[in-house]
Amino acid sequence: MASSLVSPSPTSSFISNKKDLGFSAFPSTSQVAIRKWKKQVSKKIVSVMAPQQSERKPATTGSVKTGMTMTEKILARASEKPQLSPGDNVWVNVDILMTHDVCGPGSIGIFKKEFGENAKVWDREKIVIIPDHYIFTSDERANRNVDILRDFCMEENIKYFYDIKDLSNFKANPDYKGVCHVALAQEGHCRPGEVLLGTDSHTCTAGAFGQFATGIGNTDAGFVLGTGKLLLKVPPTLRFVMDGEMPHYLLAKDLILQIIGEISVAGATYKSMEFVGTTVESLNMEERMTLCNMVVEAGGKNGVVPPDSTTFKYLEDKTSVPYEPVYSDAQASFLSEYRFDISKLEPLVAKPHSPDNRALARECKDVKIDRVYIGSCTGGKTEDFLAAAKVFLASGKKVKVPTFLVPATQKVWVDIYTLPVPGSGGKTCSQIFEEAGCDTPASPSCGACLGGPKDTYARMNEPKVCVSTTNRNFPGRMGHKEGQIYLASPYTAAASALTGYVTDPREFLQ
Amino acid sequence: MAASLSQALYATFTSPASKPSASPISLPSIKIPTFSPLTVKPLSSTFTPNVARAITLTPHATSTPSSIPSDTSTTTFHGHCYVVGDNIDTDQIIPAEYLTLVPSNPAEYEQLGSYALIGLPSSYATRFIEPNETKTKYSVVIGGANFGCGSSREHAPVALGAAGAKAVVAESYARIFFRNSVATGEVYPIESEVRICEECRTGDVVTVDLGESLLINHTTGKEYKLKPIGDAGPVIEAGGIFAYARKTGMIPSQ
Repeated sequence: MASSLVSPSPTSSFISNKKDLGFSAFPSTSQVAIRKWKKQVSKKIVSVMAPQQSERKPATTGSVKTGMTMTEKILARASEKPQLSPGDNVWVNVDILMTHDVCGPGSIGIFKKEFGENAKVWDREKIVIIPDHYIFTSDERANRNVDILRDFCMEENIKYFYDIKDLSNFKANPDYKGVCHVALAQEGHCRPGEVLLGTDSHTCTAGAFGQFATGIGNTDAGFVLGTGKLLLKVPPTLRFVMDGEMPHYLLAKDLILQIIGEISVAGATYKSMEFVGTTVESLNMEERMTLCNMVVEAGGKNGVVPPDSTTFKYLEDKTSVPYEPVYSDAQASFLSEYRFDISKLEPLVAKPHSPDNRALARECKDVKIDRVYIGSCTGGKTEDFLAAAKVFLASGKKVKVPTFLVPATQKVWVDIYTLPVPGSGGKTCSQIFEEAGCDTPASPSCGACLGGPKDTYARMNEPKVCVSTTNRNFPGRMGHKEGQIYLASPYTAAASALTGYVTDPREFLQ
Repeated sequence: MAASLSQALYATFTSPASKPSASPISLPSIKIPTFSPLTVKPLSSTFTPNVARAITLTPHATSTPSSIPSDTSTTTFHGHCYVVGDNIDTDQIIPAEYLTLVPSNPAEYEQLGSYALIGLPSSYATRFIEPNETKTKYSVVIGGANFGCGSSREHAPVALGAAGAKAVVAESYARIFFRNSVATGEVYPIESEVRICEECRTGDVVTVDLGESLLINHTTGKEYKLKPIGDAGPVIEAGGIFAYARKTGMIPSQ
């Protein structure tokens, strides 16, 4: 078995931290993708492969002397500058501003206070408002906050407001989506080369589409609502090169837990994280979203994956807005480069109470658990539920602890009930979950990932031990301060549900 | 900020009228200010605000920027300190169940303050806010590395400021918390050069001197060097980015 071949510690052996700044591993496929893309849509390409040429000085003619990273290029275009370097402070034009029910009311409050009660937002079509955090609760203030969003969207005629009115049955609300970061992607608001800001730290998820996406506070969001601009500092980029065939028992969650364990919860503070390599190229969009989703858990400002044919295919039926992908230059300089041979990686968890408290899943096999939670922007997407179903299907057994399933969005919920699970003879995820004895999939929302109001479904109101596909395991994150959260992939979460202990999914996936 | 001075029981806030101001300190660290006047164009020429009229200046619930001198170099805070460890995330500063409170609503702003740091584990026997109190008696929070990591909730610096804290002194900050502290002007996020959290105890009497970039622990008699707050100082002192922008003429004030 593979596990006997590798060292018990997930450190050192398959990572090398190269400080070689000039290193280039620009994937050759990207160039092909760009050419194809030019033909398809774009009429004006400003800085796909190089900075704007119009203002270049004689010394730089002939070739690009100072390369830029993807993040630098996106910010350069958004700030209408030919060249940027890490540390530059620039006013950036925002393509999309997203807010939700937790931070929207405060952002709107600041907007009105600062710009006037009757002020108009900078662009009604570039603001996306997604109630998702505290929806299915009797908490009056939480319900009021969704009302505040609705009133504002009516006043301002906001084009993209994913409203919910009938809390008793989410299906009666065709506009309602659910978790903002997943909804943004599914509704076509994530596009390569753009700048997306959101009042939520996991806004970085959208970097999976090769855009600059980061979380901001209410005051900054209030400013953007009025002006469409924000002063941003250009971050230096850390490059993570992941090569090798992804073993069938691993998911993107394992990759990002590996990285956070390697660089710590502050290892990328103020920095951009760029993910490249053959393993990353092989990931589907939802897996790339998982990777970028947790860059903030390493302190990262944003994460990016170079757009490719997988990205363009995903976007085909989701947006008609033209976009311009950008890629890091071969000469771009990276603060440091980390290399991973993914074929040697084993399933991981992050133990309580920090996302960088990394351990091998099999090292924690004696940890008895009380429950499993599958949901959130990190681990509540369609692919996450398909992965969990695959483990239940392979085992043919029933879960030994309560297993809570919270689809991120209404679309994910529909997928759970309609998509056939490969190799199951046509069964859906919902059928497999029911046979395994899981709880019925709940109404889509952020759910208990961040605790929330006391009556939130699956909230940890007692000091339990939970294996969760979510993103944070700080004290109190899912409710109770003494609760213990093991962050894991959907494979590992499902395997743990089947045994009642933290379990390496290789026990069930042959 | 001035309006809240009397509320911090054991804190004094001194900011003498400005002398010819020291030039802004520029920092080699990439971590510090995101707000650099040197690169900021006047907003009035950069933007076309969608407002027909300018509006009343009310930056946040407790600030009266017009009465505050602009020179951060002589600002000091004196009071008791509250000491926490590394990686204090925003869920511990203000747990998610209280996020239904809207910081821009003055009554709810005060309520947020009463829950500041309520998410710290029970191993913190001395609480930041004592039972039945709504304000803290600690005007300075001392932390370790990566203070304010996790969620981007602006409720976190707001809760600390609304509780009566004036400054956080930590080894390092998570990016969004740092920025939210500056944008709101709620608390000074000051970096220490060493791990002060190992050497100070909750309840020690401290002075933070921004001008000298020093933290003095009067209880132990030790002094610690702080990293300069730089260009972020005047923004916080004004009461946040909007107040600062109005004060400096970047956006119209009335």
